[in-house]
Amino acid sequence: MRFKFLTLYAVAFMIFLYLPVLFLPLFSFNDSTIVAFPLKGFTLEWYENLLSETTMHQAFFNSMQVGWSTAVISTLLGICAARAVTRYNFFAKKSITAFVMLPLVLPEIIVAISLLVVILWLGFNLSLISVTLGHILMTVPFSTAVLISSFEGFDQSLEEASMDLGEGPFMTFMRVTLPMVAPGIISSLLITFTISLDEFIVAFFLTGTEPTLPIYIWGQLRFIAKLPNVVALGSILLFSSFVLLCIAELVRRRAQRRTGIEGSIL
Amino acid sequence: MSVSNASGWPMFFRREGVRGFALMSPSFLFALLLLAVPIGVIITFSFWTQNYLDIDTTLTLQNYREVFEKPIYGVLLQRSLIVAGSVTFLTVILAYPLAYYVAFHVHQRKALWIFLITIPFWTSYLLRIFAWKLILGYNGVVNTSLMEIGLIEEPLDFILYNMNAVILTLSHAWMPFAILPIYVSLQKIDRSYLEAATDLGDGPIRRFLRVTLPLSLPGVLAAMVVVFIPTIGDYVTPKLVGGTDGLMIANMIQVQFGKANNWPLGAALAVTTMVTVTLVATGFVFFAKWLGGRAR
Repeated sequence: MRFKFLTLYAVAFMIFLYLPVLFLPLFSFNDSTIVAFPLKGFTLEWYENLLSETTMHQAFFNSMQVGWSTAVISTLLGICAARAVTRYNFFAKKSITAFVMLPLVLPEIIVAISLLVVILWLGFNLSLISVTLGHILMTVPFSTAVLISSFEGFDQSLEEASMDLGEGPFMTFMRVTLPMVAPGIISSLLITFTISLDEFIVAFFLTGTEPTLPIYIWGQLRFIAKLPNVVALGSILLFSSFVLLCIAELVRRRAQRRTGIEGSIL
Repeated sequence: MSVSNASGWPMFFRREGVRGFALMSPSFLFALLLLAVPIGVIITFSFWTQNYLDIDTTLTLQNYREVFEKPIYGVLLQRSLIVAGSVTFLTVILAYPLAYYVAFHVHQRKALWIFLITIPFWTSYLLRIFAWKLILGYNGVVNTSLMEIGLIEEPLDFILYNMNAVILTLSHAWMPFAILPIYVSLQKIDRSYLEAATDLGDGPIRRFLRVTLPLSLPGVLAAMVVVFIPTIGDYVTPKLVGGTDGLMIANMIQVQFGKANNWPLGAALAVTTMVTVTLVATGFVFFAKWLGGRAR
């Protein structure tokens, strides 16, 4: 009886979790300028409109640029940090690790305004670079967490064997360690890219004249006539995030089966 | 002597502690430069004052006096605390049964459940709030559906642009984040403790209250902290669904760094918020410890 009630609760909960965002794709195909029920009919007009929105295309390219730079740099930082945490003991290890993970538990607005003040105070201009710096700061904890679980997952004797067989530390890392943690690296790249692609709060403060996609959407929300276009764009964004995350999860799981270690993104 | 000098530097780098530290240092320096230094600057700014276009760098407590004396800031901070507190309470209460279900009643495809729970968290935050606006709005899903089936004749205007809408939207947004730590702590519980409790005559409810719940408290605590901190600093949700009655302290901070262009006052508000958040989070920790002590 209790079991059944819990199952029912779980199903209801998942519906509650997913239902709100599913309205976006639903309305994106609705043939009406008013985003509301009842549905009027099927159309691809809103998606077609997006093809001619040149400012949106620019925002898209900006987001791609910020996203890839963020993903690559924060994953590189994450690889170093995860390696240090899993393999070595060093001075103040716990405090330093906690400090690197700190952006995870700070109100984002604090992170955003402190960066803003320093960048402007030092006389730099706000640009895509400032957004990227902010995003790296926010994504390093995630890439580190993902990579720690994959560095933990492999047998260190493999590295020792490689060293015994005469490889140097660098070649050992390239030929033994790297292939083993490659799935973790891919999944870290995808996750950090997705976070950057969707991030709004920090980007809002640190964007100069070149908007990223969420900033562009925010600007469009003021125009009621543009609402259906925004809904279509939002649906595309949701779908892309979903696909990227599924790939990240699949890669991670394949690796888990290989190393036999259970773990999760967080 | 000359031999040890020649190999001194490489030897230094071969030492475990040095290597670990060297590997950690890029991330550490990055966070130091882009997080610790900026926060230090913000704290410094909060003791300066805005003098029209210039910033007066004489140290003063004037901003803090303004923060504590003008009622508007107190009202906003209090409201932020109420909203963040309600959101924390709601998410933890609603997330616990689901985490419990996945930890104890799902035997296959646990990872899939966890993945499905986390997906919405990774999708665009702005779009999720926007979706709620579409649902609760004047011409939104709720109103148009209720009118369609004839339950109401006029759209209800009290469901959007107030504090409740903010609480609902934020709870929905942070739910996945609350489930994970609770799930992890439930998953870690040694199942033999539960069997022992049953063998010693505890019914399911007593067993839950005396074994499962106390052992999962660290997860509950982590969930509380992880939800409370970001929600108190949110300004997008209040701006999109909060109306004027739902605005929070972060909106005021944003205004000071934007339109009002009074960075020192904004900095003082930010520091006050940080201190408040830290105090409340510490309060959570002590509360959980007290609760844990009582349950045993």
